[in-house]
Amino acid sequence: MEELRAAYETTQFIVVKLNDEQYGIDIKYIDNIIRMQQIYRVPKVQQFIKGVINLRGEVIPVISIRAKMGFEQVQETKATRIIIVKLDGNDAVGLIVDEVKEVVTLDASQIEKVSYDAKEEKPNYVPAVGKEKGELISLLDLHTLFAEKENS
Amino acid sequence: MDVSQYLEIFLDESKEHLQTLSDQLMILEQEPENMDTINEIFRAAHSLKGMAGTMGYKRMQALTHEMENVFSEVRNNTIKVHDNMVDILFQCLDALEEYVDNIQNTTEEGDNDNEHLVKSLKGILNGHDGEEATKKSTAGSSVSVSEGEKEKWKSIKIGSAEHTVIQAAKEQGKNVLGITVYVQESCILKAARAFLVFKALEELGEIIVSVPAAQDIEDEKFEYDFSMLYVTDSSIEKVAVAVKNVSEIKDAFVAPFEYDDKKAEESSQADVQEAEQKPAKEKSRETAVATQKQDSKKPAASKPVVNRTVRVDIEKLDVLMNLVSELIIAKNSLVAASNTEGTRTAASEHIEYLESVTTNLHESVMKVRMVPIESVVVKFPKMIRDLSKKLDKKMQLFMSGEETELDRTVVDEIGDPLMHLLRNSADHGLESAEARIQRGKPEVGSIYLDAYQDGNNVVIEVRDDGNGIDVEAVKEKALSRGTITPEQAENMSDKDIIDLLFKPSFSTAKQVSDISGRGVGLDVVKSKIESLSGEVEVKTKLGEGSTFIIRLPLTLAIIQALMVEVGYEKYAISLGTIQTIEDIAPEEIKFVQAKEVINLRGAVIPLIRLNEVLDIESSKSPEESLIVVIVKKGDKLAGLVVDELMGQQEIVIKSLSKYINKCKIISGATILGDGEIALILDTNALI
Repeated sequence: MEELRAAYETTQFIVVKLNDEQYGIDIKYIDNIIRMQQIYRVPKVQQFIKGVINLRGEVIPVISIRAKMGFEQVQETKATRIIIVKLDGNDAVGLIVDEVKEVVTLDASQIEKVSYDAKEEKPNYVPAVGKEKGELISLLDLHTLFAEKENS
Repeated sequence: MDVSQYLEIFLDESKEHLQTLSDQLMILEQEPENMDTINEIFRAAHSLKGMAGTMGYKRMQALTHEMENVFSEVRNNTIKVHDNMVDILFQCLDALEEYVDNIQNTTEEGDNDNEHLVKSLKGILNGHDGEEATKKSTAGSSVSVSEGEKEKWKSIKIGSAEHTVIQAAKEQGKNVLGITVYVQESCILKAARAFLVFKALEELGEIIVSVPAAQDIEDEKFEYDFSMLYVTDSSIEKVAVAVKNVSEIKDAFVAPFEYDDKKAEESSQADVQEAEQKPAKEKSRETAVATQKQDSKKPAASKPVVNRTVRVDIEKLDVLMNLVSELIIAKNSLVAASNTEGTRTAASEHIEYLESVTTNLHESVMKVRMVPIESVVVKFPKMIRDLSKKLDKKMQLFMSGEETELDRTVVDEIGDPLMHLLRNSADHGLESAEARIQRGKPEVGSIYLDAYQDGNNVVIEVRDDGNGIDVEAVKEKALSRGTITPEQAENMSDKDIIDLLFKPSFSTAKQVSDISGRGVGLDVVKSKIESLSGEVEVKTKLGEGSTFIIRLPLTLAIIQALMVEVGYEKYAISLGTIQTIEDIAPEEIKFVQAKEVINLRGAVIPLIRLNEVLDIESSKSPEESLIVVIVKKGDKLAGLVVDELMGQQEIVIKSLSKYINKCKIISGATILGDGEIALILDTNALI
């Protein structure tokens, strides 16, 4: 994660729950967090794309991180949220997560890089892990998450 | 110097002048004696020279200067226009276009001096006393006006604020000067000149007041002169030199300002209010200049130097404005209606009114985005002329319907495909002159470019009276390349074979020429047109010529669509492609090659079950009769089986995000009145 800069700098992450694990998303990409709403299916696209939603008159695609990470699909609950992120410029994407927990501030000493096995076929979505109050938070790299175009 | 704020105007106007030059040169070639044309060219060259000079583009200025000189002599009848000269002028035009392109991309004109062109132009002149011409054109501009009238600054009114400043300046031993600057009448960017004068003056001292006001000068609201009162430490001479150093300044009059108390009093009474406002204005001017200075230090932005703009007819904007005011009135009456709690009819009446206003508003906004295709096609006559020389074939281009309007985004993209088709016609379509004579055709080949509106579409046809497409040659080529198998070739209709031309890297030219036939061919044209939601069709007759027909939607943003339901999901089908809607009983379905077809009034039409294509369960049982939407692509028909018809609606197209892998059958999405999303089906991809 190129954002993990010098030691004195801190980064804020939104901690979300996925498959009973904690994941962190850099707050600077986050535009909005909304409740689950009607998702309209789009046929013949990547299988992790759940469809599109109408967010204040804009058509925005929604991605299931569960599907992307290869976790099993679950029923949505009251806690399910869609996190609207804007990666570069104006193209917004929604990410479905099981639950949004809190915002944490991590400094460089709390962030540890994860060694990446080059033989691994799947791309590495979690290049670093944050440690906060004895708990581990996998820090998601949205760029790799969106970069490759997986076949459905 | 900072003229970047004028760059856009410069580019716009240069392009206009270049186009005039090109058009007029075409005419000149036909009618070398046409005085109007010659004058027009002279004017265009002159304006270009002035503008290039103002913007500091020396090379462009030098070239246009020579062109202007040549035409000045042509005007005086000392030189006659001949073919060779026109050729050189066309080359100059190309060089100028290159400069302008460079400027648009990088703000720099590039470092091509085009010396050979300047030399050839000088060569034309030298036969006829070139030096004199230069002098004549530069010296002719100064006409003397009487000295007294020129010092217009004497009539500047002085308010109490200025009064104090002048008093203070005098006490400090500074020079208080009155200055009147005359700009050359031929100057194109007067405001830019004035700005440079202001800038030069502000380096030496302070401007107390100017007539017209600084803001007006900036907006070019002045004739050819402006005056000011000025406080400085420098001498009169130094100030005069500073002003005159700015180019295209005809003259500047600088004299010590004689302070006249009486006059001051008179005017100060009259101008108390104005005087209060002026210092503030002066200040804002100061800060404006300061920021401009900062700007100039920044390096020129690397890529998008100029924004994309649409020039809009003022009438279209007026219509929009009126509609907006009507909308406000309608809204107000609705508010009123809801407050009075009156009858329901009143409210629904207002809602109807509101609806009609919004529909009109919609239409008008769409129209604002529309521009005539003229801006693209105007450059084609010259291109054909160049091709004619290059290919050594005689040809003529006839155009019609240049005024046909299309969405700006489409017009921007359509240029290249059209150019390609025209080149194709010129290179492959038209035969050589000898062959034409043999076949009893006129020696000069004709290429036609016709544009017209057809319902919700705009049709552009590129037609030639050349050889047409040799279907057998295409077939052989395809066979030798292994694009098709011999068995396939047997069964292919002529049309199928012609469609092969649109396959990537398929060129039938026996010789690859400079103009076309490099493998990047019709397939690029096709994909470009399809990316604009249009389609291409070819009609050809061997020996008589071929026609390429491009069909484009009027606008990309809003379409009329039929809303349908497939398995409880909503989809939109563009109304433009729909032929009819049929009710088909299950027993009417026949099978051809294990595919479902229907026989509709003699035509066999394949059925496409949308629920299967879209991976969804149909909400209808198999025994029920089918609702079939018959759609058309080119002259192919297909029947789309849907579950439910919901009616016709005007929809706004929203693109699907780039994160969604290009899904061919879905061309976009739209948001319906109740907030639901419906996907738009691209029927072209289905058939």
